[in-house]
Amino acid sequence: MNFATRFSEWLDRHSGRLFITPAVVMILVFSIFPLVASLIIAFSRIRLRAGSYQVRWVGLRNFEKQIFGSEQFHFLGTFAPISAAGWILAIGATAGILWWLFRYASRRFTIVGFIGRLITAAFGIGLAFLFAATLFSGKPFGTLGVTLFYVFIGCGIQFVIGLGLAFLCTQPVRGRNIFRVVFFVPLMITPIGVGYAFRMIADTTKGPFSPLWQWVGLGEYSWAADAWAARIFIVVGDSWQWIPFIFVVLLAALENVPRDFVEAAEVDGASGWEIFRDVTWPQILPVAATVMLIRVIEAFKIVDLPNIMTSGGPGIATESMTLHSLFAWRALDLGQSAAVAYLLLFVTVVVCVSFFNLVVLGRIRKS
Amino acid sequence: MNHAAMPNRTVLQKLFERPSIHTMAPATKIAVYGILLFWTAFVVFPIYWLLITSFKEAADVNGGPVFLPWIDFEPSLHAWKELFVFDYKDTLKAYVNSIIIALSSTLLSILIGSMAAYALARIEYKPKFGTIVLFVACMVGAVVAIARLGADLWPTLAAALGVFYFLARVLSRHFKLTVGNGDILFWMISQRILAPIVVVVPIYMMFQSVRLLDTHIAIILTYSVVNLPIVVWLMYDFFKSIPIDLEESAQLDGASRLMVFWDIVLPLSKTGLAATTLLVMILAWNEYLLALFLSTSRAQTMPILVAAMNAGERGILWWSMSVVIIVMIIPVVLMAIILQRFIARGLLLGAVKG
Repeated sequence: MNFATRFSEWLDRHSGRLFITPAVVMILVFSIFPLVASLIIAFSRIRLRAGSYQVRWVGLRNFEKQIFGSEQFHFLGTFAPISAAGWILAIGATAGILWWLFRYASRRFTIVGFIGRLITAAFGIGLAFLFAATLFSGKPFGTLGVTLFYVFIGCGIQFVIGLGLAFLCTQPVRGRNIFRVVFFVPLMITPIGVGYAFRMIADTTKGPFSPLWQWVGLGEYSWAADAWAARIFIVVGDSWQWIPFIFVVLLAALENVPRDFVEAAEVDGASGWEIFRDVTWPQILPVAATVMLIRVIEAFKIVDLPNIMTSGGPGIATESMTLHSLFAWRALDLGQSAAVAYLLLFVTVVVCVSFFNLVVLGRIRKS
Repeated sequence: MNHAAMPNRTVLQKLFERPSIHTMAPATKIAVYGILLFWTAFVVFPIYWLLITSFKEAADVNGGPVFLPWIDFEPSLHAWKELFVFDYKDTLKAYVNSIIIALSSTLLSILIGSMAAYALARIEYKPKFGTIVLFVACMVGAVVAIARLGADLWPTLAAALGVFYFLARVLSRHFKLTVGNGDILFWMISQRILAPIVVVVPIYMMFQSVRLLDTHIAIILTYSVVNLPIVVWLMYDFFKSIPIDLEESAQLDGASRLMVFWDIVLPLSKTGLAATTLLVMILAWNEYLLALFLSTSRAQTMPILVAAMNAGERGILWWSMSVVIIVMIIPVVLMAIILQRFIARGLLLGAVKG
């Protein structure tokens, strides 16, 4: 037997391993190893020396600083004594979440399911108190709140508008194909470009809408100096870019709904809304859940838009957690940077697992 | 519907009445077209604004808004000339870098990812749970040794792998619990949850220690891994949907798995491959954060170049920046317009099954 045949036989015998090894090795080297290393960095204080690092173990000190210490205002927000509105929110949310947990526990109880919901509930209550003590008591919240604002408000808006547009494009309108191509385009455009374009457009003195602003009397007003206006503008930019993604996938899903179902319902005299609720929606729900899961995962990583449009300002009002970590890295504070990144990872995992657990698995259980 | 049967209808009623079951009432029609046209304007306007800004003189930008070329202002090619004639070197370099990095990283992640996806769809794996725990323990040990005891990076890693190999050989007979293909698949796809900021600092240090920082290779490798989960996820569903008979008969005829994969499976999954390739390429083309860490000058990509135009002595030169952004988005927008049906179908496939 010559070498070539022996080699090809060896290849064939080990083909199972050969197929999967490159991917596993790549992930181990560039994801898992850095993940562990990053955790070590988050537990250390790192000083840069000439050409090398000096690593000192500080335990949970970095996390402590972000959550309780001098960086608390930056990560969680500035705390104030909880106001009346804050108490209403906190107690209302806590009661609602506890009731939901109780209802689950009394109906159907599995240990794993209960622990998963317990984590979700604890996270939800924690957030309710966080916002009660910052936003509802008149103080700014930190990068955690900003990131959650981008994720929940942004993704919510994007889902509603994306679904609406997809629904309109399934109607018998002329030029449908042109609309769908045009609506798809923003997804392709680099987020950096989106950031600069919206910065120009939102300019109240030189931008395209400045005559309008001046007419309203806001000519001197700068959106970049107002925390909420800046946040909303970033959500607008983000939505401009990402609605196409949701639109395209949901449009394809809507077109996959069998015509017969809809026509049968129409013949039975169901109204448009009833058809959507009882026929179309259950059919597209799996796709909608998956597309939102993907969108939420990507939304947590938002960094380009706030960096370009406002550099995180005014103050820290538009700083996402990735940007927070990036700034800490720029200040050569690697430990803090890694700690913030890990906190981001923790929040992302809790939110995504909760979403998966409640929406995706919930759907499977129902069907 | 018979119009003559209902003679006493007012104009208002007519407005809200559907002439037939397949058409919309006039009022609905107006609303639908109104919304669609409004959204078209919303989508197109920022791009239009970038385009006309690139033809404006500084005075046109700073003196308040002008909208229509030849009517409001005289378009000038000065920004385009500046980019293409006088100062093309930096942009050209970044452009070429971006093309090289986007293409190679896409190719790499498609190749590796689709191989893994195919294997997970067709071959049964039973890695032992104990071996995985052992591996993770060795890794953690190595990292702790590096970080706390100051051991050298590469020798320590090699030693840890050696220890793992030895222990796995000795102990693997005693491990009973195995994990299945579904678990491996979930593990690979779930890597996408990992925000790049979490891993980028160690990746930076790793490339620094092998002196690959600011090279194409570093960025290509990193991008391939970041996009690997998408490839595995989309291609897994695609391979699952291909009937297995063809592969089985080819294997009976003596074809090896590699041949089956290369000659039968890949040609059959052209549409899926096309959609995934496009998606991954666009992600690589637009990526910002990782490039920010891993490139400084030589391997600088377009997003970094554009973002860096923020800082200038004369403020932001909006017209030059618009030119660069337009040059950067033209190829992907063209691709999107031509191939958007592909992408939609590819994404849908993943979303339905996933």
